[in-house]
Amino acid sequence: MASIPTTSSVNTAQVLLAGSGRPDQSLADFATRLRRARLGVIVALTAVVMIFVSYSSAYVVRQGLPTLDPRTGTLVRDWLPLQLPNFLLVNTLVLLISSLTMELARRQAVRMGAASADESHPSTSTETDRMPWLALTAILGLSFLAGQWLVWRELAARGFYVATSPSSSFFYLLTGMHGIHLFGGILALLAAGAASLLRKSAVSAAVVVDATGWYWHFMTVLWVYILCLLEFAR
Amino acid sequence: MATREFTAHEHVHAAPTSWIRKYVFSLDHKVIGIQYFFLALTAVFVGMFLSLLMRIHLIWPAASLPLLGDIKPETYLTLLTMHGTIMVFFVLTTAPQGGFGNYFLPIQIGAPDMAFPVLNMLSFWVTALAFFVMIAAFFVVGGAPLHGWTGYPPLSALPAAGPGEGLGADLWVISIALFCIGALMSALNFITTTLDMRVKGMTLMRMPLTCWAWFITAILGLLAFGVLLSAGILLLLDRNAGTSFFVPLVTINGQLTGHKGGSPLLWQHLFWFFGHPEVYIAILPAMGLCSQLLSVFSRKPIFGYKAMVYAMLSIGFLGFMVWGHHMFMSGMSPYTAFAFSVMTMAIGVPSAIKTFNWLGTIWRGRIRFTSPMLFALGFVSLFISGGISGPFLAQPVLDIQLHDTYFVVGHFHLIMGVASIFGIFAATYYWFPKMFGRMMSEGMARWHFFITLIGTYAIFMPMHYLGMAAHLRRYSQLTELNYLKGLMPLQQFMTYAAFITIAGQFIFLFNLFWSMKFGKKATDNPWEATTLEWTTATPPPHDNFGGHIPVVYNGPYEYSVPGAPRDYIMQTDPAAVKAH
Repeated sequence: MASIPTTSSVNTAQVLLAGSGRPDQSLADFATRLRRARLGVIVALTAVVMIFVSYSSAYVVRQGLPTLDPRTGTLVRDWLPLQLPNFLLVNTLVLLISSLTMELARRQAVRMGAASADESHPSTSTETDRMPWLALTAILGLSFLAGQWLVWRELAARGFYVATSPSSSFFYLLTGMHGIHLFGGILALLAAGAASLLRKSAVSAAVVVDATGWYWHFMTVLWVYILCLLEFAR
Repeated sequence: MATREFTAHEHVHAAPTSWIRKYVFSLDHKVIGIQYFFLALTAVFVGMFLSLLMRIHLIWPAASLPLLGDIKPETYLTLLTMHGTIMVFFVLTTAPQGGFGNYFLPIQIGAPDMAFPVLNMLSFWVTALAFFVMIAAFFVVGGAPLHGWTGYPPLSALPAAGPGEGLGADLWVISIALFCIGALMSALNFITTTLDMRVKGMTLMRMPLTCWAWFITAILGLLAFGVLLSAGILLLLDRNAGTSFFVPLVTINGQLTGHKGGSPLLWQHLFWFFGHPEVYIAILPAMGLCSQLLSVFSRKPIFGYKAMVYAMLSIGFLGFMVWGHHMFMSGMSPYTAFAFSVMTMAIGVPSAIKTFNWLGTIWRGRIRFTSPMLFALGFVSLFISGGISGPFLAQPVLDIQLHDTYFVVGHFHLIMGVASIFGIFAATYYWFPKMFGRMMSEGMARWHFFITLIGTYAIFMPMHYLGMAAHLRRYSQLTELNYLKGLMPLQQFMTYAAFITIAGQFIFLFNLFWSMKFGKKATDNPWEATTLEWTTATPPPHDNFGGHIPVVYNGPYEYSVPGAPRDYIMQTDPAAVKAH
């Protein structure tokens, strides 16, 4: 169980080989921390999956339930189909692009972390204190959240509030829970950015950015899933 | 399974110097384990006090209690709710996993700490916060909620549904949600630590069964608590945002509540999808520990190590397929009920394997009747007595008769409550020397054991008879019903037994604190056990092994090995390799 057989183990190997000859101690430590953080992310995402599996099953169950109309005494459906705002497509595009920039930031961070950990090759690059992709990802993430806020406003303007219909309840719930999770990712990125600006350990920042990267990609995939659920299971 | 060597660099945090970082916001898994232990200890006395009030009310319904006054029916439901919630979450989930798991999992696999120490500290403090929020529910307008530990809507979802269902119920849901977050963070740490931080030679199949139990429990927690968290958020929205996930069209005093179309059954499905694995979250660590202790104190290898591991794995796996057996009364298709029934009875198979192996372990062993061993034997006894009624309740036809009676109360208290608590006691007596450097008093421990064993049987066994005589549970007062009058002496007997059992727990409490100061000094390996925690100093240093990195050569249960110089071989003993 020492190495987790994911695509990431290739990167771990690259990190190990980044130094010439035998990897020195701190480089090996970096590889260990990277592997451990990735394992932690996989485990954490399992819990996130369970949360959204619960909501998906609740969504399907609630959609099929009739309710009693007290005036007529008959069973009716209270699920009002929700026309999704088109602006969601813009948000989706923003999130997809952010995943791309996140990947660039992640690779850059791992490179920098390895260089910094490799004591035999002291880093001469000025790259260490600049993380353009990281900043761009955080900005795109915040833009996505702002976009989701606009979508909420549009729905409210159409008269769909949280309690209007179970369909709108689930819309706010799913987008809200996804938003909270993504915001957690943004906070992690900001923490890593602040740490590297303050010239704290580049290795720690690299581990955080790498873990957040995988988390971020998952949030993108999760968002596409939520969008499909809301659109195709109306 | 490859394992690898550790480096001193990996222990990222240095020993703390300030009092706050050392004892309050500590990153050290050992301190965090002790914090969890004391949180659970506080919670168990609160929960026990609530149960005492219930028992008093059941036989003297008119009695006015000091400070509390008369116990009204709704007060009784509040006591019942808070007793169940506090015991299940803050005792049975907190002590075996958060307490002893935190302290001993890293040491038993040779790691310097948990994989993510900061996260570990956070999980404790979130759990502690959850406990304070839960207790706060007693002190708000309307008091604590009365919807039971299972929180079934619509009662739990409508603030107007009863006293305590206002702010008190909000605090209850928030507390549960916080607890879930803490438990998820903790599960993340346990799983990553077990998979990634085992020392060289510590293959998965060389892990002590305690580690396997904590690992499997963590997996169950990871999969179950997320579902409860989701359900809790939906319940909060139903209560405060006007949504109707769980609330159907309901009127209260002739007034429509504004909700419509929600499904109380949806809550039950989500809740019990968590709730049944929760039973195993409470008891698996005790199973792991008792396997360990029976082997140590019988001076014999565990009977069927691999079978034990696979049995625990299959109990965990099957535990996710049986939640419907809590809902036979709620109405479900007989075919669905049949499926849940068969799956439930299937759990009897791995449970029987475990019981058989425990008996096989002590069979013809040179048994040392120490206090941890007594509690481990008590656990096996309770596991059988409490578990045997499971297959009865697993049958829908019988369950419909027994479900709302004391039979179920007797069943789950023996198996989930008392058996798990016996695991916690066994763990305390076994690991106290390592944790605090002194032995607990054996004399007091024996008194504690016999009072608790006889006392708990005396409380919970008669409940089965009450249930078969159709004595309903959850009611504060059934003294006026003629058909129950004949059962009153039994109820009185149970209350007297509860008095004695609770008194016995103060012996334990006294022993715990007295021994910390005045107990006999413990050696590094007072029980002559083989696992890694007994190779290090007592109590263990900050990095667990004092800069030395252990290497494992043997399995955890090498007792009475033919030809070996002593009757046990440490896991780190390289000489054993030659002896074989």
